[in-house]
Amino acid sequence: MNDLKEKVAHGVFLLAAITSILSLVVIVIFIFTNGLPMMIDYGVFDFLLGTTWNRTTFGILPMIVGSIVVTIGAVLIGVPVGIFTAIFMAEFCPPSVYRFLKPAVNLMAGIPSILYGFFALRIIVPWVRDAFGGPGNSMLAAILLLGIMILPTIISLSESAIRSVPRSYYSGSIALGASKERSIFAVLVPAAKSGIFSSVVLGVGRAIGETMAVVMVAGNQPIMPRGLTQGVRTLTTNIVMEMAYASGQHRDALVATGVVLFVFVMLINGIFLYIKNKEAK
Amino acid sequence: MGSKILKGLVYLSTILTFGALGFLVLYILFNGVQYLTPSLFEWTYTTQNVSMMPALITTLYVVLGTLFIATPIGVFTGFYLVDYANRDNKIVKAISVATDTLAGIPSIIYGLFGMLFFVIFLGLQFSLLAGILTVTIMTLPVIIRATEEALIATGMPIRQASYALGAGKLRTLFKVVLPMAMPGILSGVILATGKVIGETAALMFTLGTATLLPQSLLASGRTLSLHMFILSGEGHNVNEAYATAVVLLLFVLVINGLSTFISKRLSKGGK
Amino acid sequence: MVTQPKIKVEDLKLWYGDFRALHGVDLDINENEVTAFIGPSGCGKSTFIKTLNRMNDLIPYARVEGKVELDGQDIYSKKMDLNNLRKKVGMVFQQPNPFPKSIYDNIAYGPRTHGVKKKSELDEIVERSLRQAAIWDEVKDHLDRNALSISGGQQQRICIARALAVEPEVLLMDEPTSALDPISTAKIEELVSELKQEYTIVMVTHNMQQASRISDRTAFFLNGHIIETDQTRKIFTNPNQEETENYISGRFG
Repeated sequence: MNDLKEKVAHGVFLLAAITSILSLVVIVIFIFTNGLPMMIDYGVFDFLLGTTWNRTTFGILPMIVGSIVVTIGAVLIGVPVGIFTAIFMAEFCPPSVYRFLKPAVNLMAGIPSILYGFFALRIIVPWVRDAFGGPGNSMLAAILLLGIMILPTIISLSESAIRSVPRSYYSGSIALGASKERSIFAVLVPAAKSGIFSSVVLGVGRAIGETMAVVMVAGNQPIMPRGLTQGVRTLTTNIVMEMAYASGQHRDALVATGVVLFVFVMLINGIFLYIKNKEAK
Repeated sequence: MGSKILKGLVYLSTILTFGALGFLVLYILFNGVQYLTPSLFEWTYTTQNVSMMPALITTLYVVLGTLFIATPIGVFTGFYLVDYANRDNKIVKAISVATDTLAGIPSIIYGLFGMLFFVIFLGLQFSLLAGILTVTIMTLPVIIRATEEALIATGMPIRQASYALGAGKLRTLFKVVLPMAMPGILSGVILATGKVIGETAALMFTLGTATLLPQSLLASGRTLSLHMFILSGEGHNVNEAYATAVVLLLFVLVINGLSTFISKRLSKGGK
Repeated sequence: MVTQPKIKVEDLKLWYGDFRALHGVDLDINENEVTAFIGPSGCGKSTFIKTLNRMNDLIPYARVEGKVELDGQDIYSKKMDLNNLRKKVGMVFQQPNPFPKSIYDNIAYGPRTHGVKKKSELDEIVERSLRQAAIWDEVKDHLDRNALSISGGQQQRICIARALAVEPEVLLMDEPTSALDPISTAKIEELVSELKQEYTIVMVTHNMQQASRISDRTAFFLNGHIIETDQTRKIFTNPNQEETENYISGRFG
């Protein structure tokens, strides 16, 4: 009797576990079978490298460039600020303050994208307009916004990484007469570089996949980006802007955009898993 | 000299980070509270009075529906991974990879998939059901990971004690391990709830954006996040958008508070 | 008339993957005696004691060959009911591992597992087990306290009571006092000497003085072999094997 119960339980749990594999397979199948044919019919190079996007012409190079530029910009802002903040939290922060800062970082991670977007729309966009000219809804606004949004990811993972470095590295450096700052930056941080790098990769993944916040402030013109103060459209915003009313080949083109985005994200994920495995060895 | 600069950068970055957070929270609260009128909580939405009540209730429906499906599946997956599978089993590796991958897929792709599969292919149309099923897949990784970590943290010793007394795996899992792992699992469920509440892109193309309260699983509606997003795009409803943003933010604050509270309870060593 | 040993081990071999942990071990364990296993770290005594209640089954790469007979029955046969085996052969671990539950629920867990449901019966079993473990007077007014809130020595005695609650015939103890202070150790040694009247006790210990104090027979393990088994007094005063002599006199270990 007990044996039967155990066997049934094993089966039920296994079934539940397979759900995630099944879901992933179905997702990949549906996205690719709905997007690839269009790309092939239209011409893969015309699709990927075409610079015009309208109801009849589907070149997504402007969006690819848009995604890349916005992500790089976000990383240039978010990574240094995030790492330095992580260093503060791991090494300089008094425990009484840490009690508030740690949940604050979790809070940042939990704030929905549209709240970030709304905030950026009301504050960052007018500021960009006043300080730099242009319409305000711009690449710069998107970059600043995304820079802030990836902070929690960078901070929490980098902080973990720094905290897991054996204390003896730090004590060893201090014992040699090095200052606190030097010990941290010359010894601790380099020792944590694998974890910190992982956090950056994850942050990149987050930035490139962000949709709702970006669409509120980026301008969204489907043209090659012309400057920081001009509008830009990313792969993600391309989909969200037109999916509601698109049909026929237009809609397939949007799904194909999704395929390209998916491949980008998988590449980034792959790099992350590769680093994680190397680290585990 | 170099030390001073680095130290300065550390403090500057910290101020920037938490300054941005504080600014965001206070800005939304201060600007939005004044527009929080009782009329915004009327049961019906009209274009004159863009009440958020239907959206609030729809959000509740989506959260409950998602947790109802995702929690058992996620927790059982955790059981399988930690206590039932052989460590090096190929299936375990496949599940790990699948879970990590699902966690990394952008929400717009989930929206796209949900629309293609649930709305169109399965014929569910824009509906609560399509939305719930889509978001369920999104939140599975969160619950699976939390359950896994919580189960592993309970450790081998209490399992060994239970087996040595003649109890089988199932009884050990439910009577000894699970009660101890509860706070960690709960933490994951709360995190998943927060994710569902904030979700927009995935629901836009599966749940839809109807303004009425859905009367059945196959009816469309809109969640609080969607509601806020749409309001902020309609120029004449900016104030109401602020008000909705406040409510949304309050939800997030409460959920985060709950999560922090439970983690503290966890670190006190359980009950 | 020769009485059957309680446990008879014949040519027992054990592998962890490719590593041979036990090489053809033979041993008889007699009823109502305390049998001690001594030997240096990593020599196989813990591994061996876990074969007696098949706790090694839990380790993924462990493979066993040979016979272990409890009252004449091979416990490794496919017909053996594992849960019933562990009811008859109980175990106490090196680190006390009470459940994060009340003291009462800790003791009652075993009986409940094996079908006891009535509160009055459980109450009786809990009291009897705690008395047998010589800790009833200390905790009788605090049965609903969390078992993790008491001292390490008390926790270990709770674990012993918990093991006794299912009324085993054999009690396996894997270095039960090595994590405890001297006073708790003394209390538990006293306990073991009393318990052997009702139970058969097998104890792994790395403390030779402890083995010589409380055991009737001692087996000396080295590198997965049993070098010598004999009456405790003989092992510690006049052993047959040179390796035993060297270990006893502290030349290695």
